[in-house]
Amino acid sequence: MADFTSGGWSLYITIVTIVSLIALFFLAWKLSARRTDSGPVETSGHVWDEDLEEYNNPLPRWWLNMFYLTIIWAGLYLIAYPGLGTYKGLLGWTQQDQYETEMAAAEAKYAPLFEKFASADLAQVAQDPEAQKIGGRLFSTYCTTCHGSDAGGARGFPNLRDGDWLYGGEPAMVKTSILNGRQGAMPAWGAVIGADGVKQVAAYVEKLSGRATDDAAAGQGQQLYQTNCVACHGPDGKGNPMMGAPNLTDDIWLYGGSTEKIAESIEKGRNGVMPAHGELLGEAKVHLLAAYVLSLQGSAAAHYED
Amino acid sequence: MATFHEKIEKNIGLMIILVVLTVSVGGLVQIVPLFFMHSTTQPVEGVKPYTPLTLSGRDIYVREGCYLCHSQMIRPFRAETERYGHYSLAGEFVYDRPFQWGSKRTGPDLARVGGRYSDEWHRVHLNNPRDVVPESIMPSYPWLATTQLPTDDIEAKMRALRKVGVPYTDEEIAAAPAAIKGKTEMDAVVAYLQGLGTAVRFKR
Repeated sequence: MADFTSGGWSLYITIVTIVSLIALFFLAWKLSARRTDSGPVETSGHVWDEDLEEYNNPLPRWWLNMFYLTIIWAGLYLIAYPGLGTYKGLLGWTQQDQYETEMAAAEAKYAPLFEKFASADLAQVAQDPEAQKIGGRLFSTYCTTCHGSDAGGARGFPNLRDGDWLYGGEPAMVKTSILNGRQGAMPAWGAVIGADGVKQVAAYVEKLSGRATDDAAAGQGQQLYQTNCVACHGPDGKGNPMMGAPNLTDDIWLYGGSTEKIAESIEKGRNGVMPAHGELLGEAKVHLLAAYVLSLQGSAAAHYED
Repeated sequence: MATFHEKIEKNIGLMIILVVLTVSVGGLVQIVPLFFMHSTTQPVEGVKPYTPLTLSGRDIYVREGCYLCHSQMIRPFRAETERYGHYSLAGEFVYDRPFQWGSKRTGPDLARVGGRYSDEWHRVHLNNPRDVVPESIMPSYPWLATTQLPTDDIEAKMRALRKVGVPYTDEEIAAAPAAIKGKTEMDAVVAYLQGLGTAVRFKR
């Protein structure tokens, strides 16, 4: 931090600090020099409003000694630690060193733990109770804001325990999703197929998921679907994990499954984003997180316990 | 001694001078030199002045009092850097006037919130935090999405910031109203939040 624009600042800090410490010492010392333990107490020498005088008692000895102690403490502190301008202190302490020491100690303690799991197969790690516990803690720190503290998701933010996957549920795919993030790309179709087209396609999509709908609209919707939607969602509506195109036949809806919400998704498009976490967390933690998410599959009861 | 005491007590001018000298020692030593250090006055490499949109978002952040619950200062402790990312550097805040370090964390620190969540998450969350985080106690800000940004004061804001050292060019200031025209307050706040702490990339 010693990067003053001029070397004079270091001298300035040192002088003001030392001079004020010395001045404090002399002030206290002078004020207590006239201590008289017997005889009448002096007054400060002035009289206000005819007869108001002020006793000039010396400072209590215990208080004064404590004050001297703080001055001595300040002196020792300024010798041991950086404080006087660019002087580094006898101990050579810096905030950054302290942080790095803390990080190194944590690394030494936890790295073997992560190492143990990092090279193991994800499917195996997912079964390990210790890994699940670590993963659960990591999940509640980094993931719950979007996916919920029970991993149940929210509208627009996927449920991670229902066994349904946008980008594939294979261990490697789950890990890739966390490491590199994902970018959904459902275009807005409102302008292309018009308001009626949106309704028809919505009706067909509802039919795909096994609901009773207006068959005439669904029939027209099917034609529009075959022209516009098959590329990503596939001819039978099963989706495509390579593109993150959801399966439309399983009655699981990321953005709401009401007719209105389905129509809204078609009309305005959806662009869900999973931010990349590799840079923030590092591979070892992502490995454990992926294992934790895998361990949640098909589990109705909450794995996450605090 | 009594005469010295009396002299100060009866000379209000002298007393004012001595009081000011006494109370200013701490500031003179701890604050004034900070204005003359490179690490506190020069931007860290990669830190750019706010764009008109993010600057408007910042003003809304200040208006809504976000700093009362959210800090923007990651301290160099492991417990903080594990959760929030690399600790904050003084040079990251040179264009923040005033800085939004805050002193209270009812909610999480936001110094490096940029890129941590999707834009859509911020929209949903600002509109009603309970929609994504059921446990949240953060207030809802539904008016952000329905309020247009004013374009008539952005140039004056940027000129004022230029006076205190933010290097905006005349062209940037002239182009500012067009850049935020038609944007909502929500757009501005989300753009501001998504930029926080992203100027400097730190690898683990």
